[in-house]
Amino acid sequence: MHGRPRKSATPVDENASALKAAKIRSLQCQFLLNHHNNIYTKEALEINAMLIESNPEFMTAWNYRKLAFEHNLSYQSEADKADADHIKSIIDEELRVVENALRKNFKSYGAWNHRKWVISKGNSSTERELRLLNLFQKQDTRNFHAWNYRRFIAGLKNISDEKELQFTTDMINDNFSNYSAWHNHSVLLSHLLEKKVEGYFPKEIFLKEEYEFVRNAVFTDPDDQSGWFYHLWLLDQTVKVDMPNLVSSWPPHGSEITKTTFPIVLFFNEPVEGVNLQTISVQVENDIFKHIAWSPLSANKFKCGQAWLTHLTILLGETNPSKIFQVKISSEYSQGIISSNGVPCSQHWSIAFRVSVCHDFQPEGQSLRRILMTDENFSTVDIYSNVMDLFKLYFELASDYEQPTSSKWKSEMIASEIDQYRELLSWAECKIGKLTLARLLMANDAIDEYSLVFLKQVTSSKESLMKYCGQYRESTFSNITGPMCLRLNSLSLSRIGSFERLLWVQSLDLSHNQLHSIEGLEALQLLSCLNLSHNKVDSFMALDPLRFLKSLRVLNISYNEIGAHTVDTRRHLCSSPLSHTLDYDKKFEEFATGDEKVVNFWEAYSVFGGLDIMQLDVVGNVAADERFMLFLVKLLPGLKWLDGEELH
Amino acid sequence: MSQEFNTNLGTLFAVNLDGPSRLHRRSATQPDQSAPFSDRIDRFDLGLGMGELAAEKHAKYILTVEKKKDDIESVLMEHLRINGAYWGLTTLDILGKLAAVDQETVISWVMSCQHESGGFGGNEGHDPHLLYTLSAIQILALFNKIDTLDIEKVSNYISTLQNEDGSFSGDKWGEIDTRFSYVAICSLALLKQLDKINVENAVKYIVSCKNLDGGFGCTPGAESHAGQIFCCIGALAITGCLHYVDKDLLGWWLCERQVKSGGLNGRPEKLPDVCYSWWVLSSLIIIDRVHWIDKEKLVKFILDCQDKENGGISDRPDDAVDVFHTYFGVAGLSLLEYPGLKAIDPAYALPVDVINRIFLH
Repeated sequence: MHGRPRKSATPVDENASALKAAKIRSLQCQFLLNHHNNIYTKEALEINAMLIESNPEFMTAWNYRKLAFEHNLSYQSEADKADADHIKSIIDEELRVVENALRKNFKSYGAWNHRKWVISKGNSSTERELRLLNLFQKQDTRNFHAWNYRRFIAGLKNISDEKELQFTTDMINDNFSNYSAWHNHSVLLSHLLEKKVEGYFPKEIFLKEEYEFVRNAVFTDPDDQSGWFYHLWLLDQTVKVDMPNLVSSWPPHGSEITKTTFPIVLFFNEPVEGVNLQTISVQVENDIFKHIAWSPLSANKFKCGQAWLTHLTILLGETNPSKIFQVKISSEYSQGIISSNGVPCSQHWSIAFRVSVCHDFQPEGQSLRRILMTDENFSTVDIYSNVMDLFKLYFELASDYEQPTSSKWKSEMIASEIDQYRELLSWAECKIGKLTLARLLMANDAIDEYSLVFLKQVTSSKESLMKYCGQYRESTFSNITGPMCLRLNSLSLSRIGSFERLLWVQSLDLSHNQLHSIEGLEALQLLSCLNLSHNKVDSFMALDPLRFLKSLRVLNISYNEIGAHTVDTRRHLCSSPLSHTLDYDKKFEEFATGDEKVVNFWEAYSVFGGLDIMQLDVVGNVAADERFMLFLVKLLPGLKWLDGEELH
Repeated sequence: MSQEFNTNLGTLFAVNLDGPSRLHRRSATQPDQSAPFSDRIDRFDLGLGMGELAAEKHAKYILTVEKKKDDIESVLMEHLRINGAYWGLTTLDILGKLAAVDQETVISWVMSCQHESGGFGGNEGHDPHLLYTLSAIQILALFNKIDTLDIEKVSNYISTLQNEDGSFSGDKWGEIDTRFSYVAICSLALLKQLDKINVENAVKYIVSCKNLDGGFGCTPGAESHAGQIFCCIGALAITGCLHYVDKDLLGWWLCERQVKSGGLNGRPEKLPDVCYSWWVLSSLIIIDRVHWIDKEKLVKFILDCQDKENGGISDRPDDAVDVFHTYFGVAGLSLLEYPGLKAIDPAYALPVDVINRIFLH
């Protein structure tokens, strides 16, 4: 099927092909007859061997040989006593057939698997297998069947990891351009590291040698990918600190909240499992709250998420017209909180904030004006306002949450690598080299790609963040908008991040960017006004994170690309029956009656159905035709503004 | 430090700083997927001189190959004829030509491949195996005839092949490979019987096959390979477990599969091959990193692999064509939004309308 030149068949060719085909056809018929009638004679086996030689991928033919093997072995030991020589000759015959097949096609799954099966029966020579492997691995150093078989033999015959590691080192020294050897090198090293074998522990020792090893390879041939990818792995081994911990929360430590019912968000540095009443305690005035449930803000059924949510309602007694409640959230049993790699949280933490309420507070009024995030609705930020106090807290406490600063050896190692690769790139034009240098620089600053870098910089201090905040004028401000809007429009953002510093955001303008995904936005539980107009969102499924934003009232998704593409790249990453992360809701059929465009309607139903949206803009999307608008009005009973028009 | 960092990133990510050569996305004036195929072909701008897809020729090629059973190529493919049927039929459906096939004949032949154990063989009288069982189910799904099956029987066959560590054997002889994990999971998902297996263990095993480069191999410790990556990513997508994937790392490895000619290879330093237009591309789409490859160049590569005279697509330009590469070429073009083609789901490898019919009702 691969690598055969295209040529028109001549009559001579066709004749020869037909003859050959007829011969194989006949072999196949005879073989199947024998197989179905359990005939395992010498003649039958020969027919089978001929068939396998012409077609080593014929699985049924290999199955038959296993059946014959078992049959002939048991049959013989009934007649004569188990004859070691006889068994050996049967085994040798099988190994011969495999070798023949491999010579025809050294990538045949059937052949390698049959060999494994036979060897597993015992009575085989390690030397012979290693000789065979050496033969194949010399012929093709990238034959992954051979590498896998080698791993199998090493396991079966207890060949040490160190010995095998040396084999990979020899192969690499023989020819640097051997991705398979580098790969196996990394696998064996990982095992040795894990087992803390002498000479490979602590990490610095082997890392230094390996950096030098890979540098030779990369400098010799900068265009070969093997060394670069191996370097990426070394870098990962150098910088990674697999330690899940809490990095942020809403409400933040030391804050004061004025609502009796509010969400609590715990934001970790990576997705974790195990946030529950046993691992986390919530205390109000020293009484432990038992009636709360934590859920992850993510689309999967495995209770795993980077952000976790619960809601707290504080009941006021009749005697006290106003009161201040101390709330404390702390890790009770932090080791119960585990990352998706199985590493438990080791850090103990605790967050304390005040809830200050009084009986005669202002009821939440619904604003009936249309809310716009245009410049005239904002004034400069009052740095003495309450909101400023609030987000100050995210920066003062940042040091408590930050990762422990890189140990000295790590920064020295990375600095040295940076120098080396800078030098290489001065004379080698190499894209993947630039990536490596970028990663090295990123490792040093512990930051990520452009959009993420930008946002990290914006959220790095309250001064930089303030530059992107707009304070709503009194005429526009309402309970829905909140006092402040984070204005990140027109910044060429293609991705959003730094959510740990943005958990306070109620109003967010992300319009006029390049976003096609809003992954992570689900952590911003206070979000009630969101502007995503003029972006690259190409499906409703891409808006899936919004399903978690129960406070969302104002949404602008106008001038995106929803309905314009046949391919949806967010489909399998979001809540959907296709990924078994959401059940199909039959109630949907009440809203959409016999519509061809079921998918758009279903996705919109799925994402928006549970939200109480008051103001919505969808114009400028191919999917937003008249029928769809009618569907939306039916779906969202609380809708007051649709595409700028007031509904009645 | 930051300035140099930005400069390096700038030159590295020429057009867009979030990934390599990000392709200019088509404008939002393209018609949506419910428009009839012919309309969409008319609206496509061929000004780029990319060449055309010889859709009629390819459909004819597939229908012809199906009838030709006695030449050497066909005889050597008899052991996987049911896979071939799936490739051919799905291609016809993507090209809007599935009606050209006699549904009854196909279905009755597919059913004749079923073994008493419930599994399907590659052909009539051949031993059952997971690989052939999936193709059988997929073919029935195309025709909306999954109910032809004794679903209980087939599901039992599949679920008994799961091992304690969560892995799957291809058949009773015990070969283990993540390909079989994908096949089992996809099959049971299409039959709505995923709860027949231990999904958590199945996922655990797949994750244990994750490598240093973010990719996946056939067994723990095995080298990353685009085909295996597709199987693992597809299985994780179907079970809602993509959070185990480092999408940026894997995305980089996958986009590095694109070589100068625009084609994709299956692993480093190998030749490009049209079948990787499916396995690499579908994986990139599932993890939402497809904007990191040059889509136009890939379209051109696939179109260059056509035999425009006799129909069919080959692994590389000017090589012999076959149904396998014809399917992957056409499916790849569909994933690249080439006009006139039905959309195909990247995880289930079946047309989107077939999948929606199964899961959204």
